[in-house]
Amino acid sequence: MLAERKLIYPGTRVPTPIPSVLQLDPELREAGDILQINFGPNHPSTHGVLRLVVDLDGERVVGLNAIVGYLHTGFEKTMEQKTWWKAITYPARIDYVSFQYNELVFVLAIEKLLGMEIPEKATWMRMLLCELNRIHSHLIWLATAALELGAISMFWYCFRERDQILDLFELVTGARMHTRYFQAGGLAEDVPRGFYGECRTFVERMPRAVDEYEALVDRNQIWLARTVGMGLLSAKDAIALGQSGPVLRGSGVDWDLRRDAPYLAYDQVDFRVPVYEHGDTYDRYRVRMEEMRESVRIVEQALERVEQMEGMPWIADDRKVVLPPRHELHTSMESLIHHFKIVTEGYRVPEGEIYVGVESPRGELGCYLVSDGGPKPWRVKFRAPSFVALQATATCMSDALIADLIAIVGSLDTVMGETDR
Amino acid sequence: MSSRELRQALPGLLEVREAHGETTLVVEVGSLREACAYLRDEEGFAFLSDISPTDYLGWGEAGVAGYWGSSAGRDANVPGSWGLHRRPHHKAKRFSVSYHLLALRQGAPRIRVQVWLDDGEAVPSVVSIWPTADWHEREAWDMMGIRFEGHPNLARILMDDDWEGHPLRKDYPIGGEPVRFSGEE
Repeated sequence: MLAERKLIYPGTRVPTPIPSVLQLDPELREAGDILQINFGPNHPSTHGVLRLVVDLDGERVVGLNAIVGYLHTGFEKTMEQKTWWKAITYPARIDYVSFQYNELVFVLAIEKLLGMEIPEKATWMRMLLCELNRIHSHLIWLATAALELGAISMFWYCFRERDQILDLFELVTGARMHTRYFQAGGLAEDVPRGFYGECRTFVERMPRAVDEYEALVDRNQIWLARTVGMGLLSAKDAIALGQSGPVLRGSGVDWDLRRDAPYLAYDQVDFRVPVYEHGDTYDRYRVRMEEMRESVRIVEQALERVEQMEGMPWIADDRKVVLPPRHELHTSMESLIHHFKIVTEGYRVPEGEIYVGVESPRGELGCYLVSDGGPKPWRVKFRAPSFVALQATATCMSDALIADLIAIVGSLDTVMGETDR
Repeated sequence: MSSRELRQALPGLLEVREAHGETTLVVEVGSLREACAYLRDEEGFAFLSDISPTDYLGWGEAGVAGYWGSSAGRDANVPGSWGLHRRPHHKAKRFSVSYHLLALRQGAPRIRVQVWLDDGEAVPSVVSIWPTADWHEREAWDMMGIRFEGHPNLARILMDDDWEGHPLRKDYPIGGEPVRFSGEE
């Protein structure tokens, strides 16, 4: 089955005039026999609340309109009312599956405006946690994608490893999700000693776990029939529709911000960027599987470095931005004042605007900040990869069958919290 | 691409700014489409990352950078911040719309194209240049009330279809929304 696959079709499939809406041919509508159904918003397979208005000709999808906004909570508006350091709590809740990345991109943007130098240990630890988070996110995707196609056992296996990652987060940060471990300037706390051993156990275990997942679905006839050649997206269409991350790499575009625009210490670690060229659901699945293996390699390298940095500073020594160490508050008036000022008033970020993009598990996650020089952000805007990915549903679904709708929309790996913000 | 070459070649270019390692090209609203098409076709910026609109109403005035809201709306007289060390640079118009472009090639160059406009002015839509602008422009309309001329489907996207006002504007009241069937009715 794998060998017979054809390479991507010629020409574009992006609908016109509205790129995100597959419009029903008026002739078809007049001919009657078109069934319009509402898929969602409260459907267990929409990963949140997504509503798809689907026109069906028999089982064939001939019209599709994705409607979002049901989870809009006004994060960007709320963050304008909070001081910079209090606002760090919010981004993690936007995308509750890859929370570390949202925190990271916001903190990186603040640091860039402040012009701060970050200790090496913080940089490597951030990278380590982010890669663990990438595995976590891909595990949730795999678990739910397989579940939606009826493979329930996959769900239990994936959540077994996912739980180990959450245990690691809890060990380091005290919280399983929404850790708020990244501060402007570094990390909130030092890395606990027990972490290294636990993390090493996980790093040794995880590649074997990925083998097990692959053994379950990689050659499974049902899985192949439901994913191979489904939800096609060509390289050109993917770029035109702003797709990023595994969706872009599954369409044959060799692009990864970690390698092509390195941030943190990605230029100092060895990893491969998996690229597949058929642009179907199966290739997106393959990209994510291989990314998990590569992430384990990055975690392994970062772990070694962080362990060597035992006793080194984990946060910048800048008393105007960073909270002073707890023990100093009892003896130093100066520290007490700084602590009081940062907690009550917050630190000021110089006037300016900035856009920072990182490679989240879902693709390019961007953060645009405007500061007027005060202690609160003037404007916060996130470039949510899920929001952009959903624009591709119309292209991926044209001429597909209704039965494949869930698998195809699921393969874009969208998180509705992030889509609607 | 040096700044001088660009100044001559880019249609409607008003200003080039460099800050934090980023380049911002401020262009005239009227020639936005030509400028974008030039950047996509001649400079290789095939990837539109994001469209970020910003409202600068009350920029640099006391009490606006993080204000308290009440059910009656924004109270600009109660400062939520302790003020500014110095006044930020004056903005000539109320809104900016920033287009963050990325070129998928060695070095991953990014560029920001920016247009400025007042309330009620419209921006030409770039959907025909980058199809991904579709939802970004709808979001800008929904959240900021910026009209995009030539957009094929400029409807609200995150808020309800019958929602009034544009929530991310600085004069949109926070902290209170009208309560239906309250005791006063």
